[in-house]
Amino acid sequence: MKPAAFRYERPESVEEAVATLAEHGDEARVLAGGQSLVPMLNMRLARPSVVVDVNRLPLGDVTRENGSWRVGATVLQADPRLAEIPLLAECIPYVGHFVTRNRGTVGGSIAHADAAAELPLVLAALRGSVVTSTGRTIPAAEFFVTHFTTALEPGELLVETVWPAAEAGLRYAFEEFALRRGDFALCAAAAVAGPNELRVVVGSVADRPTPIDVDPARPGASAAEQVEPWGTLHASPGYLRQLVRVLVDRVVERVA
Amino acid sequence: MSVATERETWVGSAIPRIEDEALLRGEGRFMDDIDPARNAGHAAVLRSPLAHARIVRLDASAALDHPGVVGVLTGADVAAMSRPFPVGVEDAPPYYAAAHDVARYAGEPLAVVVARDRYTAEDAVELIKVEYEPLEPVLDPEAGEIVSDRSFSYGEPDAAFAAADLVVTGRFAFPRWTACPVECYGVAADWNEATGVLTAWANFQGPFTLHSVAAAALGLRGSKLRLITPPNSGGSFGTKATVYVYVVLIGLASRKLGMPVRWTEDRLEHLAGSSAATARVTGVEAAFAADGELLALRYDALEDVGAYIRAPEPASLYRMHGALTGAYRARHVAVRNRVALTNRCPTGLNRGFGGPQLYMALERTMAIAAGRLGLDPAELARRNLIAADDFPYRTPSGGLYDSGDYEGCLDDVLELSGYEARREKQRDARRNGRLYGIGLACCVEPSISNMGYVTLALTAEERAAGLPKSGNAEGATVAVSPLGGVTVLVGTTPQGQGHATVAAQVVADALGVGPEEVEVLTAVDTSTSAWTVSSGSYSSRFSGVGAGAVHLAAQKLRAKIAAIREYHGDESLSLRRVAGIAHWHTEALPPGMEPGLHETAFCAAPNLGAPDEEDRVAASAVHGFIADVAVVEVDRATGRVAVLDYTTVHDAGRLLNPLIADGQVRGDVAHGAGAALFERVVYDEDGNLLTGTFMDYLCPTAPDLPPLRIGHRETPSPFTPLGAKGLGEGGTMSVPVAIANAVADALGVEEVEVPLTPARVWELLPE
Repeated sequence: MKPAAFRYERPESVEEAVATLAEHGDEARVLAGGQSLVPMLNMRLARPSVVVDVNRLPLGDVTRENGSWRVGATVLQADPRLAEIPLLAECIPYVGHFVTRNRGTVGGSIAHADAAAELPLVLAALRGSVVTSTGRTIPAAEFFVTHFTTALEPGELLVETVWPAAEAGLRYAFEEFALRRGDFALCAAAAVAGPNELRVVVGSVADRPTPIDVDPARPGASAAEQVEPWGTLHASPGYLRQLVRVLVDRVVERVA
Repeated sequence: MSVATERETWVGSAIPRIEDEALLRGEGRFMDDIDPARNAGHAAVLRSPLAHARIVRLDASAALDHPGVVGVLTGADVAAMSRPFPVGVEDAPPYYAAAHDVARYAGEPLAVVVARDRYTAEDAVELIKVEYEPLEPVLDPEAGEIVSDRSFSYGEPDAAFAAADLVVTGRFAFPRWTACPVECYGVAADWNEATGVLTAWANFQGPFTLHSVAAAALGLRGSKLRLITPPNSGGSFGTKATVYVYVVLIGLASRKLGMPVRWTEDRLEHLAGSSAATARVTGVEAAFAADGELLALRYDALEDVGAYIRAPEPASLYRMHGALTGAYRARHVAVRNRVALTNRCPTGLNRGFGGPQLYMALERTMAIAAGRLGLDPAELARRNLIAADDFPYRTPSGGLYDSGDYEGCLDDVLELSGYEARREKQRDARRNGRLYGIGLACCVEPSISNMGYVTLALTAEERAAGLPKSGNAEGATVAVSPLGGVTVLVGTTPQGQGHATVAAQVVADALGVGPEEVEVLTAVDTSTSAWTVSSGSYSSRFSGVGAGAVHLAAQKLRAKIAAIREYHGDESLSLRRVAGIAHWHTEALPPGMEPGLHETAFCAAPNLGAPDEEDRVAASAVHGFIADVAVVEVDRATGRVAVLDYTTVHDAGRLLNPLIADGQVRGDVAHGAGAALFERVVYDEDGNLLTGTFMDYLCPTAPDLPPLRIGHRETPSPFTPLGAKGLGEGGTMSVPVAIANAVADALGVEEVEVPLTPARVWELLPE
């Protein structure tokens, strides 16, 4: 479990980071908190020739602007400033463990796009977005393409995520089922409800955060009909569909 | 914390562990903290990616050309330079430290690259070109080669079944699972061609029979294999017994390359290629009288030991052979034991060794029988438990239970768990449609294994051809320095159990000093330590023969010190003064007395004869007892099992340190809860390991464990010097089946299989 050799770059500015990424293209990987990348390096599942450490970049701010929270890419998952962001604050205790949240970053988790991760699910449920080094703002619905794949272009760096702030009249709920405390979710669901809308998104049972059109009369059952889980060592497709049913019922009941 | 003084002796006092300060300061000395062989090369192991394949060609030339690589040891070298490891069954396929013609499990070593550092070694491993010819893997033990098939009968089981009012049958599976110590295997090896001595440092845990097995594979007399353990070991729970295979492999690399070599196993290697407990399926028939008396048992066990039968296997099947009837008075028992090979990693020691599999079969059967008989499981147990005045009790298969009060422990656990109130609560919960269950387990916990029990895998005639094996002994040394300091050397290779603290307590009592004045050395050196083939930390033997040997050596010193004081007519002569006389002023010793204060003693457990001609064996020297009650609720929506309350009552004889005893019970229950709810090693139909990382091999973490209540009862053992019995293994025997019984009770079903994961339990839910 020793990584293959790689060059380590630690740029001081976004411009320098982008230039380094542009120079090395597919051969470069971005290192933020390292909670996913470093194990992948150690197991040689990822073999970049260049690792670009973004921890020195000035991307550590959390600001409120026009009804949204703008969270810099390297803000830690454990950062107390996240406590006011709806859904995000609620899901943080499920994101790994205390020690991994002290290293793991919000931007890193979004850019990694693990289908079982909580933060992408919540960003999608809030209809948040991602701001990149090219100045693009990419809505969450377009950002998550499939497993570990996002709309970022080679050489493009995630610099900020944008999370709509709590709105009067909206209610929020997040639920997750994992085998152990802090483990990867077998299924997760988030709901946002207002007077005229009900948004439900499920995660871990599809290749990316998946919005569901729920039938308010039978929310869980209707959601379960819309997913095609692939089954794992720990859970059959039928069982995962049951978890969708249960968790969607729970989040919808909570926001009702 | 000040020293507890509720007892008159240090032994029995709940003093905090003297090991902990060094561990908390980061001053423990584990395998990777020591650098005993300067300028060693670093090894990485090439492992087979396939479960079964002929190795047509292995070309290491590109690896050898890689900058920084020192050399490569191949499976062919291993075959040429060593012999197959000896094993306790006839006609087993030869097993070497690395494969050379056929790889038989995914993860099997094929070659070792030695380089200037581990990074370079791993780079070079990728450069070895191997041409494989895939062969059909065997994953079903029913289809596997049977390397041992023995049947036993004690009493008259057929007659007992003919007379039975109720026969319960079942088939009970226990999955392959493992221990996951924080520290994985580590070896440093230095082969000296001039002296012909291989010095190896390894976090080995014993049994030291495996030192002989390693020496035989290397073609060395035991004295030429000098094995040294580091002072600390980061957990083992049985699994590090198997590091001996890598002592041979890395030792051969050192010999071939003419330099010291070291290797530290990583977690991927550990999960794929170290060891695991056997998977066993046990068919049971149990004969009962109408009043619930258990009359007779028939077992039909099929044991999957993986790709090779590796010493000490097939011991898993025989460790419990003296205790096949568990805690019950049944006098008739028949057993068939088959050992099958499959294309999985070979098995070995894991906490509880053979007990979890046996009790899953026996205690599930008792719970099912209680249901059929319309009795509460506690009442059925009570009607069958061996009575307190029946000890010492000889089991039909030859076990000798030393002492106990099983019914007293059952009473204790029923009271401590609030059993009656829980049953009342269960009735209420069920009326409300909740799935609330209560499970019981009563387990005899053997400790101090008989070196001869594994020879039961051979017939009496086959056994007669070789040296009979019996007994279990440990050595210890206690010495007083010229200035009166006390040092103890133990041979029990602790991995966190607190042996140093207990040894210090024992010596403190004997010599009249405080435990903090006693230095305890836990590093074993086979060239200088007092050890036997049965040394090490396994079968919960420390409190019996380990502490027993320390006690005997300390008592020898105590007698010598008393004689010196008496000779000088001063009973209050200080220990420092006595030591001064013994070392500095030997003319003042009593006439004829040897100088020095340095005593070694060996402690042998009694009543551990070799198996007799009728295949009866006292497989263990002493026997504790555990009675557990698990209370669970199953979530109808998700199948999740919540353990609401877990109560365990232990009788481990005299507790040498109650604080350490509780810690052992806590760890043991956690390990057992892992088996009950989370853990199993899974291979797919092609023999690929699916649980190769901690993402998929699910060890419980602290928040995943049940709330725990612990009770103790102390019935001293007449067979150990301090009256102590082992503990710390029984939870893996009792917890999986107690929780399985509780879940079966909650769901109202008979067939449940551990681990009781949410997805599995959901499938069992009533409509």
